[in-house]
Amino acid sequence: MEFLSFLLRRVGWSLLVLVGLSMVIFFIARIVPGDPARMALGPTATAEQVEALNDKLGLNKPITVQYAYFVGGLAQGDLGRSLLTERAVNDDIRDTFPATFELVFATIFMAFVFGVPMGVVAANWKDRWPDTAVRLFAIFAAVTPSFFLAILLQVLAGYVLGVLPTTGRLSPDVVYTAGPTGLLIFDSIAQGRWDVLGDAVRHLILPATALAAATTGQIARITRASMIDTSRQDYIEAARAFGVPGWLRLFKYNLRPSFVPPLTILGLEFASLIGGAFVVELVFAWPGMAAYGIRTILQKDLNAVMGVVMVSGVFFVTVNLVIDILVGIVDPRVRIRGKRT
Amino acid sequence: MTDAGPITTLSARQQNWYRFSHNPTALIGTAIVILAVLAAILAPLITPYPEHVGAVVNFRARHTPPSAEFWFGTDNVGRDIFSRCIFGLRVSLTLAAVVLIIAVPVGTTLGLVAGYFGGWTETIIMRITDVALAIPPLVMALAVAAVLTPSLLNAMLAISALWWTWHARLVYSLTRQIRALEYVEAAETLGASKLHILFREILPNCLGPIVVKTSLDAGFVILLGAALSFLGLGIQPPTPDLGTMVADGAQFLPEHWWESLMPGTVILILALGFNLLGDGLRDLFDVSEQ
Repeated sequence: MEFLSFLLRRVGWSLLVLVGLSMVIFFIARIVPGDPARMALGPTATAEQVEALNDKLGLNKPITVQYAYFVGGLAQGDLGRSLLTERAVNDDIRDTFPATFELVFATIFMAFVFGVPMGVVAANWKDRWPDTAVRLFAIFAAVTPSFFLAILLQVLAGYVLGVLPTTGRLSPDVVYTAGPTGLLIFDSIAQGRWDVLGDAVRHLILPATALAAATTGQIARITRASMIDTSRQDYIEAARAFGVPGWLRLFKYNLRPSFVPPLTILGLEFASLIGGAFVVELVFAWPGMAAYGIRTILQKDLNAVMGVVMVSGVFFVTVNLVIDILVGIVDPRVRIRGKRT
Repeated sequence: MTDAGPITTLSARQQNWYRFSHNPTALIGTAIVILAVLAAILAPLITPYPEHVGAVVNFRARHTPPSAEFWFGTDNVGRDIFSRCIFGLRVSLTLAAVVLIIAVPVGTTLGLVAGYFGGWTETIIMRITDVALAIPPLVMALAVAAVLTPSLLNAMLAISALWWTWHARLVYSLTRQIRALEYVEAAETLGASKLHILFREILPNCLGPIVVKTSLDAGFVILLGAALSFLGLGIQPPTPDLGTMVADGAQFLPEHWWESLMPGTVILILALGFNLLGDGLRDLFDVSEQ
């Protein structure tokens, strides 16, 4: 029951954030530029053409009515039409989002698989060389521009060593039609296409590494701090007194509560992870939503841009909701207090 | 142990300074930041080819690898990359300075107000920060660049419009703790004005964490600005910009590696400097990590 009310409160919060986000996007797209129709048509358009587009898009109605239209469309999941691709923005995003989703989740997976053990190692050998090595890694990972790392990885692993593919999601010679989810890893497993799976994973490694580096460092640092913090708790001392072996203390009693801060950090960091995807997708010619966003931004395609930002926001809010639920499962105290620590 | 002497007591401030000045990474960070700022200010005087910041073309020397003459090599039209990198520091540092000069005071004030007054003020301010946290700053800057024109000023405004929220959240949580302390209660009992309590009683105790965060932020804003110009939405050519130089050089990789690698490394070192400085300032201001 407590968990249910905790969930409901969190869902309500998420909806509130999305409403706020829709206002921000609407403000940027409709109010800031002055005359969106004029901008979309370019300087050569006649006054009549501008007027016609204004009528068509409802831009000559009061601003509140326009916002109501916009939100009404959003509520029905309609993001309007893209001026660049001349298709529904929904279709464009449906085609491109799975690639971004796959990349971001590969990134989160890598960040945890490498970051948490690094943090555990650093905490266990506090103030000795493994700790220093992890700290140095975390600092350099944080300050290396993601686009720079992407380029370096591309050149090193792709051209110099020639071991990994450097562009796209699949090699051109792989014959494959997209499956139902659009996620290559899931679809290829479901269809038993192991060749596709291998190729997709090989394509994921470099972009996911470029995107994951900074987050991995963050997670390592937070896991370290949190492991050290937890190891000073009385119940760890009690476990030691009862003769619980060191490895069991470490993994069962110390690591579990130490998972909460890295999860929380991931939630906060998630927005910048999506931002980083914009750069990384461009470098690796990854056919994702971020790459679509960049193309449409350069073309001043406002509906598409609003759609991409809105979907990024929904993605962020959903991931944070899932994280909060996970944190609630890992740390029951959170469910009762209803607040993340 | 020849000179035992009397036991001297150091003030907390002296102890913190001792830790800071004996922390090698903090000193490296300080040195990098000071050098970068000096180099940016003195760029016309210290660069070997200050005229190469403009749309100069020197085709005979194009794609020259690093040498004594051109320390970082030359780009595809033969301009000295070292000179352009030093001038590029100006853009990066200006961006960080302007964003933080806008974002830190705004965020601090709103965080103080939300944390001290609570109630609906807190609800409104903190819900707005929740919304802002859901927008990637890079995407916001891109969207603003799309509807307006890509320029350094628009990029700075777009980033500032989101960046204050991090400071608001930090100061908010600090204020909530400090508000409950007895000395604040004492000031309230003595009838001090709200303004006095906020800025004279609570703010000074928030300054340490704010300074640390600001230094760390400077590095991240620089990275963000570089990413924006890498995407072609920052300052427009021919003004030298580190992110733009990485993007321009990338098409000549791996043959002419220096054209991308050198400016990229400069960004990295600059961000590293602010990061190490921020970490060191933690010692100086006695701020515990998270």
